[in-house]
Amino acid sequence: MTDHAALVTDEVDQSRRKFLTRATVATGALGAVFAAVPFIESWEPSERARAQGAPVMLDLSKLEPGQMATPVWRRQPIYVVRRTPDMVARVAGHDGDLKDPNSEHSNQPPYAKNPLRSRSAEYLVLIGICTHLGCLPKQRFEKGEIYPSWPGGFFCPCHGSRFDLAGRVFEGSPASINLNIPAYSYPNPTTLVIGNDEKGAA
Amino acid sequence: MRTLLAVAALSVGMLGCEAVRAAEEAAAGEAAARYGADWASWRASNDVADMPSVQRGARNFASYCMGCHSLKYEHWSRLGQDLSIPSALLIQDLLPPGDKTTDYILTSMPAADAANWFGKTPPDLSLMARARSRDYLYQFLTTFYVDPTRQTGANNLRLPVTAMPHVLSELEGLKAAVFRDVTKADGGHEQVFDHFEQLAPGRLTTAEYDGFVRDTVNFLDYVSDPSQTARRGLGLWVVLFLLVFTWLAWLVKREYWKDVH
Amino acid sequence: MAVPSAAAASPAKKGLWAWLNKRLPISEFISEQLTGYYAPKNFNIWYFFGSLALGVLVLQLVTGIFLTMFYKPGELTSFDSVEFIMREVNYGWLIRYLHSTGASAFFIVVYLHMYRALLYGSYKAPRELLWLFGMAVYLALMAEAFMGYVLPWGNMSYWGAQVIVNLFGTIPALGPPLVEWIRGDYGIADATVNRFFALHVAAIPLALLLLVALHLVALHETGSNNPDGIEIKDKLGADGKPLDGIPFHPYYTVKDVVGVGVFFVLFALVVFFVPTLGGLFLESANFEPANPLSTPEHIAPVWYFTPYYAILRAVPDQRIGALLMLLSVMAFLFLPWLDRSPVKSMRYRGWMSRTALALFTVSFVALGYLGLQPAEGLYVALARVFAVIYFLFFILMPIYTWLDPVKPVPERVSFHAH
Repeated sequence: MTDHAALVTDEVDQSRRKFLTRATVATGALGAVFAAVPFIESWEPSERARAQGAPVMLDLSKLEPGQMATPVWRRQPIYVVRRTPDMVARVAGHDGDLKDPNSEHSNQPPYAKNPLRSRSAEYLVLIGICTHLGCLPKQRFEKGEIYPSWPGGFFCPCHGSRFDLAGRVFEGSPASINLNIPAYSYPNPTTLVIGNDEKGAA
Repeated sequence: MRTLLAVAALSVGMLGCEAVRAAEEAAAGEAAARYGADWASWRASNDVADMPSVQRGARNFASYCMGCHSLKYEHWSRLGQDLSIPSALLIQDLLPPGDKTTDYILTSMPAADAANWFGKTPPDLSLMARARSRDYLYQFLTTFYVDPTRQTGANNLRLPVTAMPHVLSELEGLKAAVFRDVTKADGGHEQVFDHFEQLAPGRLTTAEYDGFVRDTVNFLDYVSDPSQTARRGLGLWVVLFLLVFTWLAWLVKREYWKDVH
Repeated sequence: MAVPSAAAASPAKKGLWAWLNKRLPISEFISEQLTGYYAPKNFNIWYFFGSLALGVLVLQLVTGIFLTMFYKPGELTSFDSVEFIMREVNYGWLIRYLHSTGASAFFIVVYLHMYRALLYGSYKAPRELLWLFGMAVYLALMAEAFMGYVLPWGNMSYWGAQVIVNLFGTIPALGPPLVEWIRGDYGIADATVNRFFALHVAAIPLALLLLVALHLVALHETGSNNPDGIEIKDKLGADGKPLDGIPFHPYYTVKDVVGVGVFFVLFALVVFFVPTLGGLFLESANFEPANPLSTPEHIAPVWYFTPYYAILRAVPDQRIGALLMLLSVMAFLFLPWLDRSPVKSMRYRGWMSRTALALFTVSFVALGYLGLQPAEGLYVALARVFAVIYFLFFILMPIYTWLDPVKPVPERVSFHAH
């Protein structure tokens, strides 16, 4: 008798064979998924990246009214503007020209979902990256600086998006949402911490 | 089948041995420092899973070692995380003023000055427990003796003519090394270490100092390989899973090989 | 595990399968190289190591690629980047240990794989070229491992590189300029680690893949040997297939998976519990950065090179030592022609061949152990004795394999159901 005649098996064996094979393949597939986890996880930001992305502190006592500081947090420029009372007033009165005046579609923490888009009236904290394609908008804080009815704000040179002194985007801009606001808090009146708030570190 | 059983037995054996070894070493850690000539066989017998010990070691390091030695590959925040030390306590008790928790653990001593004062820069200790061994570190910290001929006033049996002063003398006290004269086979003479003699007591008793050193070595063991506890924990599950998979695969193989005559 | 047949597949799959097979010989490949490739049914434990070697190669490639994403080659950055991987990259420690343990596992598997050939005469005609390709894989692997060990830029990496590269300096006249050319500097330096990185990550893996492919093609051309050393193709059945053969798929695919499982259990025990294996897999001296001014107490290569290292040190003359070390590796290449036995497998060879192989085995292992010890006193004397036995195994082979009283070889393979 040749081996090959012996390679034929009966029905009962076939179903046990199928079951065992499937169980083993399933376990093996599960194992492959488990094995993939460390490799996929290795791409997540390393401890070093997370340390470098830790919250950043800024001494506000050094900031003059009407001035803007640009600390870096998580590789992004953060625009910290000390608004004068005049600048605060110029945030209002042009809601009709804005795409998202009440920040319904934009990204900000709960404490920044207000007309001034900030925790306090005096300081505006936003991520200085245009929500269109990522260029850095330039400050144009003076009234009438760009055109006569310009209330002051930010102008993006790449494709012409315009934002007001609360970072809200104007109609006619390529950008569709207001400038993003990071998590931030004031541990004391003269210190700003970017990247940390009531919810903990971002 | 026999191979599979043998492998399973081996795995259980190895895992069991790990557990026994860890338990043994924890028990042996109680032994007081000895002053005999058997210093070269003293063992650290530390257990990195003994969290309170590693925490004490961290505190010891911050108090006595960080003045000269850095742990430049370890973040403070990582230390806090692995040793379950809350950020506030970390900043209050361990962090040098001005440092952030996300900084690496560095020493404030300028390397150039250190090289001037000691003759060589105090080495970074992140990997010392792996480069030398834990037993080496334990022996190093327990075999300092008074040596008036040296600039630091101290010498060491584990690392003769070490550039490091006896930083822990306030804790251990001062001890002298007594040598005896030995005639060699070729007729020459040499001084061989015989035993230690305590000259002045330190703030800690012998047993307390021994515990201090063991905790510190335990901490250095942790720092040299911070992921080791997680590694062993994960390993248990991986090996168990693989044993199950191999058993299933063997059943499939046996099933198919019924065909073969 | 059945091959998806056209009849069993859904109409859509049948369509896609047919579309693919018109454009690529997938079905043919499966039926010629897997389900229709007959291997001897009497494979024993020694026959696991080929597929395991392939498995470890894949492991090294995958873990190696991921290490390359984080490692920064260079005198100033290599060591720190490895600690970055170990401590700060998520699961970096695991990827590193898989790769370092994999390197040693590769050699364990390859040595056992080669030993099988010595046991059963798998290098003899018509498999000489298969053996030569295998040897080429082994040589490429040694170069790959050597360069890989330099990359962490630890103190043993540095001094190991120094010693091995200096060996090339023993070549008459060409030596010294060659050494400078290899190093790219006046000592082992930034240039050296960078070029070793390029070779280790790109050039040699490509060469390895090509050589492994050629090795497998050569194997399928002649078919596999077996523990009885008889050619199964000599006895064909009515269907034209070897009577003592069974289709590789599903029988050996299924059996090899068990081998893979057992291997990975042992592998995982090392990776997760003893990754340094007491300094054998990861030497203590390598946890200190390279220091051109401070040699480690005992310079030893990693364990898989130590048999040859022991031979190098056994010879009092540097130049002759280097030459003999080279010959000790190259000697394997000549086996197909040194071996004059009419019989392939040790099972049917006489006492002369068996004794010779036993002595060689003991010598190889002993030399391996001696290579790890300091080169002094009794160790050197023993190394000399075992080195002589080592070379005699090859030099005397044409004689003892010719004179050896062999046993009659059976017609059919010996097999017990399992």
